[in-house]
Amino acid sequence: MQYLVSVIDDTAGLATDEEMAAIDAFNDTLRAGGHWVFAGGLAAPTSATVIDNRGEQAIVSDGPFVESKEHLAGLWIWEASDLDVALKLAEEGSKACNRRLEVRPFLSE
Amino acid sequence: MTTTDPREAVTRAHREEWARVVASLSRRFGDLDIAEDAAAEAFATAVERWPTDGVPANPGAWLTTTAGNRAIDRIRRERKREHKHWEAQVLSDPPGSGAPAGAIDDDRLRLIFTCCHPALSMEARVALTLRLVGGLTMAEIARAFLVREDAMTRRLTRAKTKIKQARIPYRVPDAEDLPARVTSVLAVLFLVFNEGYLASGPDTGPIRLDLTAEAIRLTRLTRGLLPTDGEVAGLLALMLLTEARRPARISAAGDLLMLDEQDRTAWDVALIAEGHALVRERLVTGLAPGRYQLLAAINAVHTSARTMGETDWSQIVALYDQLVRIDTSPVVALNRAIAIAEVAGPDVALALVDRLENPLVGYQPYQATRADLLRRLGRGREADTAYGLALDLAASPAEAAALTRRRRLGRPPGA
Repeated sequence: MQYLVSVIDDTAGLATDEEMAAIDAFNDTLRAGGHWVFAGGLAAPTSATVIDNRGEQAIVSDGPFVESKEHLAGLWIWEASDLDVALKLAEEGSKACNRRLEVRPFLSE
Repeated sequence: MTTTDPREAVTRAHREEWARVVASLSRRFGDLDIAEDAAAEAFATAVERWPTDGVPANPGAWLTTTAGNRAIDRIRRERKREHKHWEAQVLSDPPGSGAPAGAIDDDRLRLIFTCCHPALSMEARVALTLRLVGGLTMAEIARAFLVREDAMTRRLTRAKTKIKQARIPYRVPDAEDLPARVTSVLAVLFLVFNEGYLASGPDTGPIRLDLTAEAIRLTRLTRGLLPTDGEVAGLLALMLLTEARRPARISAAGDLLMLDEQDRTAWDVALIAEGHALVRERLVTGLAPGRYQLLAAINAVHTSARTMGETDWSQIVALYDQLVRIDTSPVVALNRAIAIAEVAGPDVALALVDRLENPLVGYQPYQATRADLLRRLGRGREADTAYGLALDLAASPAEAAALTRRRRLGRPPGA
């Protein structure tokens, strides 16, 4: 079972050195436990570009698709046997990166 | 075959066996939806068949077998093309194949923990618990919470889908996680109880009153499954001691009566005895009591007094002193102040109450308490204003009538 873990941020700042060190250590425990699938930090939402090619011509526009006070600062994909396992990891992860996390399952089957 | 009336037998089986049937099917088939539907079909079959075929010697086993067969029929229909291996696995484990009683009880516990999982909204937890553990129909749950039935059904469906998609496990939590998860279960049961209890005014139909009975039944069940958990015992005691006073809570005229106005001979002696026994049982363990145990102990002191004047208020204050240390809610602080008024006087209590204005200004009991204290201090004009504020916040006609009655006490005769 895989879960997308979104890092929710309401500040403009990137992770501090201390936070980065804690995230690295947490990633090591994810790998050791067989939970690590993918991890990545994202550049600021203002660096995003939106493409819409549902019509006749592709339309390119600047900026994130949704303006909000909170944004996605990074993400993980975890392998976990069930939600309780994922939530337990998320408790540690939230502490490590010092941000709120959203745990959302991928569709299975 | 027993000689009981078949209709009565179905009703009793529904009360005693519903959760067991749903729980064991949920584990076997790994799907709450299938378990719920199959259990409902099995009970419908019992209603049809028991009057003619007779009540089976072991209604629980009959229902589990019947429900299991219904579930297999459904799975066969839905998964005809694929999952042959799964079907084979299900069929190789026929119902009633000697699962020990302990394991079945564990199933009900699994069901309760899954329904009350903290990843679900409180509303969803309540709906799931009342339907899957309590066996109430969607119509009953919807009526009890004053929600349309289709809205309640959607709520339940969404919750079951989340359980499946997010893979909320069907498992009793580890010892490490158990206290927090039990707290989540108790919060659901207490909410159901309060929903029934607070609504028990003169204009309320019997359906909402049933919620208190249902909450007590489910808490008894939980206590049976977690007999050594102090907070489960505490919540059950709290419910019993609260429920015991209900006959005295409404006057002949339909007004809500305060503790000092109640006819204590109308309290339910059996419920009080049971509640007191639970509180004593926790006391002898010598373990630090949690929130529900302290609330139960406070209610035990109240229900030990034959008159308001006999109440051991210093004991109540001591219990509230313990409670405020683990529960920082301003409502607890307000109730502590009410007890302090009886020990140290209304002036001391008023000073404490006034400090709670900021969080509680829109809370009816805060305004009512202030009004009562001002009245007792002879500050009639201020009391009158405070009663006015409390009346604006009154949630039911019964509450309003009680406030108006007390407001009159504070006014000079003829005013």
